Amino acid sequence: MTGCTEVTLKNGLKVLLKEIHTAPLISQWVWYRVGSKDEIPGKTGVSHWVEHMQFKGTPHFPSSVLDKAIAREGGQWNAFTYMDWTTYYETMPAARIDLALTLEADRMLNSEFDSQEVESERTVIISEREGSENEPLFMLGEAIQHAAFRVHPYQHEVIGDMADLHTLTREDLYQHYRSYYLPNNAVLAMAGDFNIDEMLTRISELYEAIPAGATPPRLQLPEPDQTEEVRLTVEGPGETVFLQAAYRAPAASNPDFFALAVLDSLLAGPSNLNMFGGGGISNKTSRLYRAIIDTELAVSVHGGSSATIDPFMYTFTLTAHPSSHLDKALAALDIELERLQNDLVSPAEVARAIKQARAMFAYGAENITNQAFWLGYAEMFASYEWFTTYLDKLSTVSPADVLQAAQTYFQPRSRVVGTYLPTGTGDEE
Amino acid sequence: MSLSHALPGSDDITRVELPNHITVLVRSNFNSPSVTLNGYLATGSLFDSDEKLGLSDFATSSLMRGTQTRSFEQIYDSLESVGAHLGFSAGTHTTGFSGRALVEDLPLLFDLIEDCLLNPIFPEAEIERLRTQLLTGLAMRAQDTGEMAAMTFDKLVFGKHPYARPDDGYPETIKAISRDDLVDFHQRCFGPRGLTIAVVGAVEPAFVMAEVSRTLGDWQNPQQPNLPALPDVNPLTETVRRHIPLPGKSQTDLLVGVLGPVRRAPEYMAASLGNSVLGQFGMMGRIGDVVREQSGLAYYASSSLSAGTGPGTWEVSAGVNPANLEKALDLITAELRLFTEKGVSREELQDSQDNFVGRLPLSLESNAGVASALINIERHNLGLDYYRRYEEQVRAVTPEMVLQAARKYINPAALAIATCGP
Repeated sequence: MTGCTEVTLKNGLKVLLKEIHTAPLISQWVWYRVGSKDEIPGKTGVSHWVEHMQFKGTPHFPSSVLDKAIAREGGQWNAFTYMDWTTYYETMPAARIDLALTLEADRMLNSEFDSQEVESERTVIISEREGSENEPLFMLGEAIQHAAFRVHPYQHEVIGDMADLHTLTREDLYQHYRSYYLPNNAVLAMAGDFNIDEMLTRISELYEAIPAGATPPRLQLPEPDQTEEVRLTVEGPGETVFLQAAYRAPAASNPDFFALAVLDSLLAGPSNLNMFGGGGISNKTSRLYRAIIDTELAVSVHGGSSATIDPFMYTFTLTAHPSSHLDKALAALDIELERLQNDLVSPAEVARAIKQARAMFAYGAENITNQAFWLGYAEMFASYEWFTTYLDKLSTVSPADVLQAAQTYFQPRSRVVGTYLPTGTGDEE
Repeated sequence: MSLSHALPGSDDITRVELPNHITVLVRSNFNSPSVTLNGYLATGSLFDSDEKLGLSDFATSSLMRGTQTRSFEQIYDSLESVGAHLGFSAGTHTTGFSGRALVEDLPLLFDLIEDCLLNPIFPEAEIERLRTQLLTGLAMRAQDTGEMAAMTFDKLVFGKHPYARPDDGYPETIKAISRDDLVDFHQRCFGPRGLTIAVVGAVEPAFVMAEVSRTLGDWQNPQQPNLPALPDVNPLTETVRRHIPLPGKSQTDLLVGVLGPVRRAPEYMAASLGNSVLGQFGMMGRIGDVVREQSGLAYYASSSLSAGTGPGTWEVSAGVNPANLEKALDLITAELRLFTEKGVSREELQDSQDNFVGRLPLSLESNAGVASALINIERHNLGLDYYRRYEEQVRAVTPEMVLQAARKYINPAALAIATCGP
């Protein structure tokens, strides 16, 4: 994983380019350092809504023109808002990339935020949230996040609270856009079938004219340490009981992140970090599967965390067994965590986690969109080097590091345990 | 690099039929040290009785639960230790399997495919554990508005035809299946005839051929039955509508549609391009434009065409606030009427044709994308140069052909409408 060229334009736009000539494709990603982490109470969901408005057109590219132009060329595009960042990508046949370059440069500055479009999108986003509310694990996850963070904006879902979706205004959205969508608050990452010098020239032509602004400060609201366990229940329609146990996890830039990745691998099966392609690895020989599923205390168990700027959560999710109470499964989870806190894991288990990660990175490398994704994504919470040295860093994790990570992060006092309790049963024909 | 070089064709796909009627397709790609494997067997839920619906799915899910020489633990330990994946899943006509691994571990995948297909022992304890997992999955399905709307839609469209049945059965049918049923189903219905494997990745075709011969080349099952004859299925003659209530949910999922073409129908490409205009192109075509962009009624609204060996469905789907359900249905029905009255404009068709041709390299860049393309070619007998001739076939479609296909399948006065929500 070498060959990435990094240039910062005069207006502060950071550009990361990597030539890959395996397919006649180019994938461009523009990342902004803004997400739900930058939202205050009453304005939650504003970052995600701004992302939606970025598809509603500029004077040069009116809304319906954009989609059609990309689709006509056989391209694929989308955008994602997360806690720490917002990103837009286009993967295009190589000869057609100029369209993507032009439109991303254009909407960095010129989106209209038409009032009627804002209102029409309000109900679309409310509908998006209602769709999520149909899912028990969304309802449970939202309650847990809220309980786990009293101060830090990680306390709310990216989509925002329903009340705020009803009250946010066009001015809220536009102001957010103008404050954060600046070249000096963005990273342009591109991988694929191009020549770096030529591409850099074209990027400079299109983007250098966009004026820099005052770099917006990120909200700094550190979450105090959690000192006691929190338990909660969420009730809703369904037949199935779910339980989540969420522990405060380290930031991606914390060296402990890698020990925790090894721990994740052997405890719950490795999380797939690729956003596009590859696919994951099953977890049927993980320690928790053996302790909880093979013993019929639950019917499924998963675990995972996210690479975030500030400490977020490592969450275990269990689906209840119809004839066993989830308290027993939680007790079995605790026993496994205590084992990891008391006994060193074997070097073979660490080696296994490294091989699993190596395989998943190889699968992810089959696809240019995913490779371009990594260029910018890693930059959002660390640097591209975080990605290129990932396997090396995993290789340096020792059994003692794993033991220490287990002791540091998997303490009952720093967790929220949430249960989804169905209120009724449905009839299936 | 040139476009044609990126598309698979007869000069870079190796296709071999073994004496026991297994077909193997291979395309090398040395850009990444990984390999993807995709395939299917000629068995599926069509062999299930109504009383034991889900038997094929249950038997297929049991394959990796233990063999004569490997326990469930050993099977998954060998896979997970090297970051590999292997899975089997039952469909209606066929039962699929897929795998991926670092290329050095490809022989392991073949060893396991052989062992799980030929020598499963259906251990009692594992079967009961699996049964509970399947039943939990069905309980979750019963509470999923999207899945319940889709299942109800299939019932409305297919009536008494086996395609109306969910491959994974119902709680009572899963409970009715015994271990003997699983053993018997495996002995009867799993065999090499019709088995197809596509392998794509950092490997030479000769190596793959040798591996398939080594592991599956001697497999025989003289009992292996032909697929049962299927009754005809007739389109609806009037609109039928059914709602599945799930109190407490926030959103209603809806499906509106009709019986669609078979994959080999001469008008398939015209229908597919018409569907793109109707509910795919750009931000989900005309349906997305009317329901989402203009009316703000839904986060998702689109149409899809599913076509297989037998007829599939042509359907519009959306998720809406319950208060907006009738409005959304009216808008969708009006679009279907317009589509069958006026068809598509030359410009709209051209846009979708450009999209179909332009997106090929993207859909075929990964090993998994190419492997599923090879399976598509073989399954529907499209010819090894299908993707090289694809542009020609796409460009040959005219607005008149789209209109004919639309009118042949879509009768706006005879729609199936399935909804599920509060």
